Amino acid sequence: MSDVHPPRLSWRRLRALTVKETRQLLRDKSNLMVGLFLPFVLILVFGYGLSFDITNAPVAIVSQDTSPTAKDVVSGFHLSPYFTVTQLNSMAEAQSLMRAGKVEAIVYLQSDFSRRLAASDATIQVLVNGVDANRARVLEGFAQGAIAQWSNKRAVSGASMAPAPAVRLETRLWFNEANTSTHFLVPGLIVLIMTLNGALLTSLVMAREWERGTLESLFVTPINTGELIASKLIPYFGVGLAGLTMCLLAGKFMFFVPIRGSLLLIVLISMLYLLVSLSLGLLISAATKNQFLASQIALITSFLPALMLSGFIFDLRSVPAIVRAISTVLPPTYYVEALQTLFLAGNVPGLLIKDTAVLLTAAVVLFVLIRINTKKQLV
Amino acid sequence: MNAADDFIVRGDNLTKRFERPKLDPVTALNRVSFGARPGALIALVGPDGAGKTTLLRLTAGLMRADEGTLTVLGLDAAKQPQAIQDRISYMPQRFGLYEDLSVQENLDLYADLHGVGPEQRAERYPRLMEMTALAPFLDRLAGKLSGGMKQKLGLACTLVRSPELLLLDEPTVGVDPLSRRELWDIVSGLVENEGLSVIVSTSYMDEAERCAHVVVLHEGNVLANGTPKELMSRATGHSFLAMSQRETPARKLQADLIDRPDVIDAVPHGGQVRVVLGDREPLSLQDVTFEPTPPILEDSLMMLLRHKTDEQPAANAALELSKKASQDHSEVVIEVHDLVRKFGDFTAVNRTSFEVKRGEVFGLLGPNGAGKTTTFRMLCGLLPATSGTLKVAGADLRRARAEARQNIGYVAQKFSLYGDISVLENLQFFAGAYGLRNSRAAQRIEWALDNFELKERVTSTAGSLPGGFQRRLAMAAALLHEPAIVFLDEPTSGADPLARREFWRRIGSLADHGTTIVVTTHFMEEAEYCDRIMIQDAGTMLAIGTPEEVRRQAGSGGEPAHSMEDAFIGIVEQARERAQRQDHAA
Repeated sequence: MSDVHPPRLSWRRLRALTVKETRQLLRDKSNLMVGLFLPFVLILVFGYGLSFDITNAPVAIVSQDTSPTAKDVVSGFHLSPYFTVTQLNSMAEAQSLMRAGKVEAIVYLQSDFSRRLAASDATIQVLVNGVDANRARVLEGFAQGAIAQWSNKRAVSGASMAPAPAVRLETRLWFNEANTSTHFLVPGLIVLIMTLNGALLTSLVMAREWERGTLESLFVTPINTGELIASKLIPYFGVGLAGLTMCLLAGKFMFFVPIRGSLLLIVLISMLYLLVSLSLGLLISAATKNQFLASQIALITSFLPALMLSGFIFDLRSVPAIVRAISTVLPPTYYVEALQTLFLAGNVPGLLIKDTAVLLTAAVVLFVLIRINTKKQLV
Repeated sequence: MNAADDFIVRGDNLTKRFERPKLDPVTALNRVSFGARPGALIALVGPDGAGKTTLLRLTAGLMRADEGTLTVLGLDAAKQPQAIQDRISYMPQRFGLYEDLSVQENLDLYADLHGVGPEQRAERYPRLMEMTALAPFLDRLAGKLSGGMKQKLGLACTLVRSPELLLLDEPTVGVDPLSRRELWDIVSGLVENEGLSVIVSTSYMDEAERCAHVVVLHEGNVLANGTPKELMSRATGHSFLAMSQRETPARKLQADLIDRPDVIDAVPHGGQVRVVLGDREPLSLQDVTFEPTPPILEDSLMMLLRHKTDEQPAANAALELSKKASQDHSEVVIEVHDLVRKFGDFTAVNRTSFEVKRGEVFGLLGPNGAGKTTTFRMLCGLLPATSGTLKVAGADLRRARAEARQNIGYVAQKFSLYGDISVLENLQFFAGAYGLRNSRAAQRIEWALDNFELKERVTSTAGSLPGGFQRRLAMAAALLHEPAIVFLDEPTSGADPLARREFWRRIGSLADHGTTIVVTTHFMEEAEYCDRIMIQDAGTMLAIGTPEEVRRQAGSGGEPAHSMEDAFIGIVEQARERAQRQDHAA
């Protein structure tokens, strides 16, 4: 007779537990709200409400030069869809508008602009409100674009006097030529929804059994902990896949996001991340044994990092080194990277192998931790 | 079969400690040895914190003992818990049911987990349904069942296959006498007819009396261990029935007797007082006669516990109260007329009328789901009535609820204080909530700490207190503002006999000083402490009157029913039969 009971998996028990878990999932309306309704709302909010695109930004133009050349520059801004122009005569006036937050940028043409242009020494001053750094950078780019356009037009029309235009500027945004933020928001949104479905929902399930005292009678049956853990992951894996499908369909048909890589790879890596996120929730649940505490911890350790630290909203290259260091140990960072690559760039093997390896390691580590934290014992 | 095989469970010198943050560890079990023979019912009894649940959990392989050996079905519980769990069934205190699954789904889940095949099910399910009468409710969610039905479903889930050993942890806490009797009939049937071995923990001594063997635990130690007969013999000659020659009510005589140092125990019983005396000689008291009576198990338990605790705890429980100005005990303070409460189509309380006078102890009895809690909540102004009139302390509850609440103290069934703040802070909070200020608040808090023996625990958080202290604190908080009427919803549910004596001593002293008490209980013998009781079932009032009158109503041929429990079961069953006949006729 061996001291340790042979751990054998019974399909019948696993099925019974999974059916039970699925029933509980379907009967609790709050689960379905978080699992299916919330992703739907997030898609709408992120897709339509939240946009990093800039149109009709209020801009003040101060032009002390009355020459046609200067007027040409100003009209370039007027024609741009990105700006709503207010024309002023003094810098002081413009500055007070900027302070009051009425305009986001000031374009300043000195009185001797056209004269100096002839001498190839013209400057146009662009002042941008830098409170929101991302927005400021985009505005700066647009302003440069408007000026460049005018400059090119001059060159082409041959109206140029002797020398070529003083500035020759050409910018091109790679991967997101349209510079539409929904194109990188949708991959990010998938990450958020996978995290939400995974960690937040499963963080409740084991704690609930502890709180209601049902584990006590479940333990005194032939079940083994592997069956228990698997039965909790399977139904929520299904909910996660439903969320993924919703996001992919919304991305394709509502926001027209290009999928340049393989759809199969997107689905596979999403499944892997889902497993990581479900396991994290289950680990929190098993360790805390308290629903309230578990949901708070799940929110702090999974959802918030996925939102703030994964490179989804804030570019990781522009954050302080310590924050970057934290984000390199978080699985969502790699999932965001992989998804954005697959959607907007295509299959980049080196990057995808690295991301997959990291996620796989995280899944294995979490699994081991869950096994350690789930013993058929009360204390 | 050799001698060792004679025991299905055998524990030797079992010790189990629980670590507590910042405090000394608690010793839940201290060198406990016991044995259970196959095919028999074994009871674990003892006050709160005796270690009953811990011992059952060790046996189920859910915990490991720190010291000692435990053999279950010939297997070492510390080394092979899974092998044991494959062969036993266990019902934890809250029955271990999934409330969001239906009755059928709960049964199927446990049948699947225990590997019960379709043929066995076809044979087993009809028998379980016959036993538990749950067949009409198979599609109902377990959470929507009454307490008694949940308990039967819990039991059915443990019996989906034939276990070699069945462990039941306080299966009848919070369950009415009818359901309790049904459960015991099922369990003893299984033991007698199928030779099932059962270990049950209970705080009901009449249940323990039905077992083949009783283990008495107290603070982790075994106080006694033997057959009920052996244990009862300890009390032989000490038990008497006392009766007053004057018209003193049993409750008053009981209060006088229990305060005496030479009295071990006194409870009102059938209009008389059941007394356990320290000596085998009756006391010589004026106008009180003592008649010897055969002992019951509770008598010996009280003797055992008395040896452990030096003094009579109930004697100290009498409250110091100032005489109230109004001492008119004929004044009606609660007036209920044609009270109705409906929830949708369901009538929870149907045309109930009664009155309660100042200083009366009024008991509301009824099976689970009878409408007691609903009636109770309406009386406290927590739930509006659908129709009827309801006057509490002179205020019409349908109009002036806030005014009525000033005069009300309420002790909820579940622990409803703040678990994470200290005893003192809880009292301070409630004093503030009732509008007591400065010196008045300080004075009342001092009174509460003194009278409820909470002084030593002032700084402990309320959540960390043992059950008995929590109940005391809850009652103290409800009395801070000296309410004229106190409502207590199942205050003694799950309490041990000692704690219950203390509780009723306090209630008695409150009533003597003109406080009106309304109380619900599942312990039928406790109805004897009440001046008047009302029995409800299915929302309808079935009987009302003094305990004596109610027993008479239930009796046959002019003889009153022997005990309150018999009276209760008789009245409820008669009413249910009548209702069934009417249904058939219609």
